[in-house]
Amino acid sequence: MEVLHAIERWPQERILAQVESASLADVDRVLAQEERELRDLPILFSAAAAQRLEPMAREAQRLTRRHFGRTIGLYVPLYLSNVCGADCAYCGYAVRSGIKERRVTLKPDEIHRECQRLAELGFQSVLLLTGEAPRVTPVGYIAQAVDIARTYFPSVAIEVHSLEHEDYRHLAEHGLDGVTIYMETYDREVYKKVHLLGQKKDYVYRLGAIERAGKAGVRRLSIGALLGLADWRVDAFYLAVHGLHVQRTCWQSALSLSFPRLQHAPERFKIPRLVSDRELVQLMLALRLVLPEAGFNLSTREAPALRDRMIPLGVTTMSAGSSTRPGGYVTHGEGTLEQFAIEDHRSPQEVAAAIRGAGYDPVWKDFDHAFDSAESAGYSLA
Amino acid sequence: MTADPLRIAGREFTSRLMIGTGKFPSAAALRAAIEASGAEIVTVALRRVDLSQPAADDMLSAVDRSKQLLLPNTSGARTAEEAVRLAKLARAAGLEPWVKLELTPEPRYLLPDPVETLRAAEMLIKEGFTVLPYIQADPVLAKRLEEAGTATVMPLGAPIGSNRGLQTRDMIRIIIEQSEVPVVVDAGLGAPSHAAESMEMGADAVLVNTALADAEDHGSMAKAFAMAAEAGRMAWRAGLGPSRDRAEASSPLTGFLQEQAPSGA
Repeated sequence: MEVLHAIERWPQERILAQVESASLADVDRVLAQEERELRDLPILFSAAAAQRLEPMAREAQRLTRRHFGRTIGLYVPLYLSNVCGADCAYCGYAVRSGIKERRVTLKPDEIHRECQRLAELGFQSVLLLTGEAPRVTPVGYIAQAVDIARTYFPSVAIEVHSLEHEDYRHLAEHGLDGVTIYMETYDREVYKKVHLLGQKKDYVYRLGAIERAGKAGVRRLSIGALLGLADWRVDAFYLAVHGLHVQRTCWQSALSLSFPRLQHAPERFKIPRLVSDRELVQLMLALRLVLPEAGFNLSTREAPALRDRMIPLGVTTMSAGSSTRPGGYVTHGEGTLEQFAIEDHRSPQEVAAAIRGAGYDPVWKDFDHAFDSAESAGYSLA
Repeated sequence: MTADPLRIAGREFTSRLMIGTGKFPSAAALRAAIEASGAEIVTVALRRVDLSQPAADDMLSAVDRSKQLLLPNTSGARTAEEAVRLAKLARAAGLEPWVKLELTPEPRYLLPDPVETLRAAEMLIKEGFTVLPYIQADPVLAKRLEEAGTATVMPLGAPIGSNRGLQTRDMIRIIIEQSEVPVVVDAGLGAPSHAAESMEMGADAVLVNTALADAEDHGSMAKAFAMAAEAGRMAWRAGLGPSRDRAEASSPLTGFLQEQAPSGA
């Protein structure tokens, strides 16, 4: 598998040695370059670069505006199920998390109700999520959910367990246009320690999932690392390796990156490598300099004050008004198990106002059913 | 000088600056750019607008359709079929049957696919659309599109958003020399001087988005581009001399002929 080879070409020691040895002069040289490459990234992750956050931010802003303009796309997550057969030590959904709250899988009429509510709030882009339970939420179930969601939203993405090429193709034929799949950590040792059960234990299978989706015709591909599990500089470096690889192999798909940060976890799990605000910002700015055309997603895991400050630093899409409980918008209330606690509780309209306040245009719609086959889109083209 | 309207598919326009709308921070900023520049053709990505409620759409309402032609574009489309579907949806929603064809299958540099663009142009022309295709600065493709019946050709100066100016200068020169339809330089123009240079070469119009959207003062920057386009056009009409790298003796090869006294009787 090529992406694995690309990762293995950069042993962690090599990345960290370069981070350690980077000087201010190295950072200034990289900042003065017109274009940056992967090998510049350790320099931008260094302590020296931490002293140059302001010029890094200016450059990140310039590159982002050049490609994306002054716009921020808005999307909302819709959790379909919190049933999970995996045991990921950091996750509220894990089968052995020790949390006793209710587990549910939404039925079609419930999915309709949730979608309708979100559409009324103005959303035109939805991300459907499940736990890792292929038997409870098989591809047929996901396809049905995509069909329902597409009657409310022009753009539908999923974040579910890793699938086969044919599955992704099948879902794309149902009108799925985006797939999100986070590696969580690229550090194989740490990966093994925190993923204790289920299909997700298979590092290589998960690593290849996003390319399987891209090659199946999915237009928007999103990858990410869950910050807090391993050294952020190592994970962010491999995230860039993965992203650059996907841009080459899935050249017709748009790539975006996420940097979800663990701030809370179930009681049994102590977050090993907490990432500070300052480190999160440095990570994002550095990645922007190396991947100028990748979208950057920012979820409600982060608090309003930080989210608002990050808008002009390279972010391109944000979620808003999120609930991480299945049925959390209409159907089910408190008492249903949530995946993680969100930090930004503002309404979608409040988040949109904050985006405008930062001098950006909140974009609700950035996709059209016309990009799907006419029959399934249900349009009359007379 | 006499009046010099831009003619596209039988319609006349005074302004030679077209504006793209995708990257502005607000509808108000876009409106400021349109008004200050006097642009008469404004292109809007169909994937961004809600055709089911055009009155509620920010972007659509920023365009005064009594003064500006709202030119729908197909950006985001990867195949001819997708572009055709978008164009038909726009026409069904009451927009004019004009379309700026943008077939950009790769999202990083948004470079146009020549094969799908030609295919889509043929399909749309058959359906009665006025087609303005965004293309690579490829002179042969430009002729093929012109023969297919497109109303213009719109070669790129540089990749979208790059602000690099006329990187494709030599090919655009050939396109202009050969074209029977208006040539609009689209994409990559980052400064008014780039617009002026395009027009001095004989382009018929320019299209700008990023450089306007990214300015601190959207209106002033749009006006500066409009003025540059106008100045370049005027210079071209006035007969701009070719530029030279160094001074030249006026007739180094044939001057000797004048030194010989004409033989008299």
